[in-house]
Amino acid sequence: MPTVMTEGKAILIDKSGGMEAAGRRRARRRREFVIEGGLLLAALVSVATTVTILAVLLFESLGFFEIVSLLDFFTDTLWTPLFDDPHYGILPLLAGTVVTSVVGLLVAIPVGTVSAIYLSEFASPRMREIIKPTLELLGAVPTVVYGYFALLVVTPALQLLWPDLPGFNMLGPGIVIGIMILPLVISLSEDAMRAVPMVLREGSYAMGATHLETAWRVVVPAATSGIVAAYVLGVSRAVGETMVVAIAAGQNPNLTWNPMEPAATITAYIVQVALGDLPHGSIGYRSIFAAGLVLAVMTFAFNILGHVMRKRFREVY
Amino acid sequence: MARPVDGPYIDSAGRGDWPKPLKAETCELSFYYGTRLVLKRVSVPIAECNITALIGPSGCGKSTFLRCFNRMHDLYPGTRYEGAIVLYPDSRNILDREVDPIEVRMRLAMVFQKPNPFPKSVYENVAYGLRVRGVKDRRAIDEKVEQALRSAALWEEVKDRLSALGTSLSGGQQQRLCIARALATDPELLLLDEPTSALDPIATASIEELLQDLKRRVTILIVTHNMQQAARISDWTAFMYLGELVEFGPTKRLFTTPAKKQTEDYITGRFG
Ligand SMILES: Nc1ncnc2c1ncn2[C@@H]1O[C@H](COP(=O)(O)OP(=O)(O)OP(=O)(O)O)[C@@H](O)[C@H]1O
Ligand SMILES: [Mg+2]
Repeated sequence: MPTVMTEGKAILIDKSGGMEAAGRRRARRRREFVIEGGLLLAALVSVATTVTILAVLLFESLGFFEIVSLLDFFTDTLWTPLFDDPHYGILPLLAGTVVTSVVGLLVAIPVGTVSAIYLSEFASPRMREIIKPTLELLGAVPTVVYGYFALLVVTPALQLLWPDLPGFNMLGPGIVIGIMILPLVISLSEDAMRAVPMVLREGSYAMGATHLETAWRVVVPAATSGIVAAYVLGVSRAVGETMVVAIAAGQNPNLTWNPMEPAATITAYIVQVALGDLPHGSIGYRSIFAAGLVLAVMTFAFNILGHVMRKRFREVY
Repeated sequence: MARPVDGPYIDSAGRGDWPKPLKAETCELSFYYGTRLVLKRVSVPIAECNITALIGPSGCGKSTFLRCFNRMHDLYPGTRYEGAIVLYPDSRNILDREVDPIEVRMRLAMVFQKPNPFPKSVYENVAYGLRVRGVKDRRAIDEKVEQALRSAALWEEVKDRLSALGTSLSGGQQQRLCIARALATDPELLLLDEPTSALDPIATASIEELLQDLKRRVTILIVTHNMQQAARISDWTAFMYLGELVEFGPTKRLFTTPAKKQTEDYITGRFG
């Protein structure tokens, strides 16, 4: 009977093949285990780095806060850790960071939003093909270059308008920070606007709206949470920006909210002091970590907020 | 473009049941996506203050046809119209190059297959068309919004939450909100593209009832692939197949004694 014969044969082949297959399966499992382990390890490296950084920041800051009370840290208006009469008030550095970041946002938010609207709603595909890589290039310029751009180009240009503007000031670097975070703000906002479904735009056109009205009254509101997330991530970048302010804002901790004055930011202080030769374990050395901790908490908070908002806008549609 | 038939209208089957008066009329309307011909010389009359239903199997060009009326295809490059869509009483061909599509859209309104309320409050959704038309008077807008929501049978359900997001309503409510949005500007012609296909039977019934009410004031052109729905609510039916108009006539007659074999096959469920 041919059917039985074939069946028997099939079973036989299957059996011998099955034994081989079991061996192959084991080998494959072992291989996959190794690969998976490798991948996990790679992923753990970044997690471990983050945790280590936080731990070091916390540990060294603890030593700092044993000597300086939290109250002094947050209320003293002077930051002079290296003077004979040391003061440890973070406010001047915080003010520097806030002012340069705010100036940066005042540039990046309007320019970034308008550019994103243009790219998402108005630009022809050809135009988009030219502009997007150019923007990415803007993001690839080393920050030192931006720093000297602020010091040697932007500030002198501003001095033409305001001759009293000192050579070191927060306005110039603030504007340059704005330019630096533009690519991020634009590309994230544009993503958010492009994610708005076409039926919403059609609904608006069908009511007799113009192209501009549709973009402004429907697309932008629909993409709000994504756009705001772009701003928030921009803030977190601006707050952490170092080279530009270290080079062009002056390095004097100076409690002022006036962008026309020179001042130091948290990041600028950290590089400045870290480049000097402070004895390990001294209070000046530890002040770097306390300042760094404040910075880390700020950027973490903004990052988390930004990602939460980004996720929210994804869930809308 | 001249009308295909002059004088007293006779339908393609030679019967004299052509509607009058007309709100609009397509004259040998052809349409291309790129080089692809999707509508082939379609001539359909749209009777004033009546409901005209467009039926036909999926892909036959119903949505494409409907979207010609408000020049929606102008939004996409490479699309082309041929022939004419005449809007009455001014007898203007709205496909004419001289005619601004925005001007056309101001006179018409459209409801889409999937409810598409804007991410704004219920109130602002309905007020949208008025704002686009530059209406500034708060009182006038308030009045229109209420009136439109009442016409869409939604007022009672949302009058206490006018500032809630339109997107927070239920599917059926969202679609009625879109109808209210469309009605707020007093359109001369209301275009509906399968407005109930995303809704449950109860929401569907309430919208069908609504359309019966509305037709006293506004001309309605509705696409549906639900033949029972077409038979229930429309006065006139156009049956399309592969981009061509196969048969047009009073709904009752078309569903009881179709003139064409293809129509009969379709309405008896033998294909499509
Ligand atoms: N943007 C487009 N580009 C090219 N072809 C298209 C486009 N949109 C639709 N078509 C084609 O045009 C034809 C008609 O499409 P249309 O959407 O008008 O059909 P329909 O009758 O509304 O179908 P359904 O009942 O499925 O909604 C189809 O063959 C479709 O593939
Ligand atoms: Mg369709």
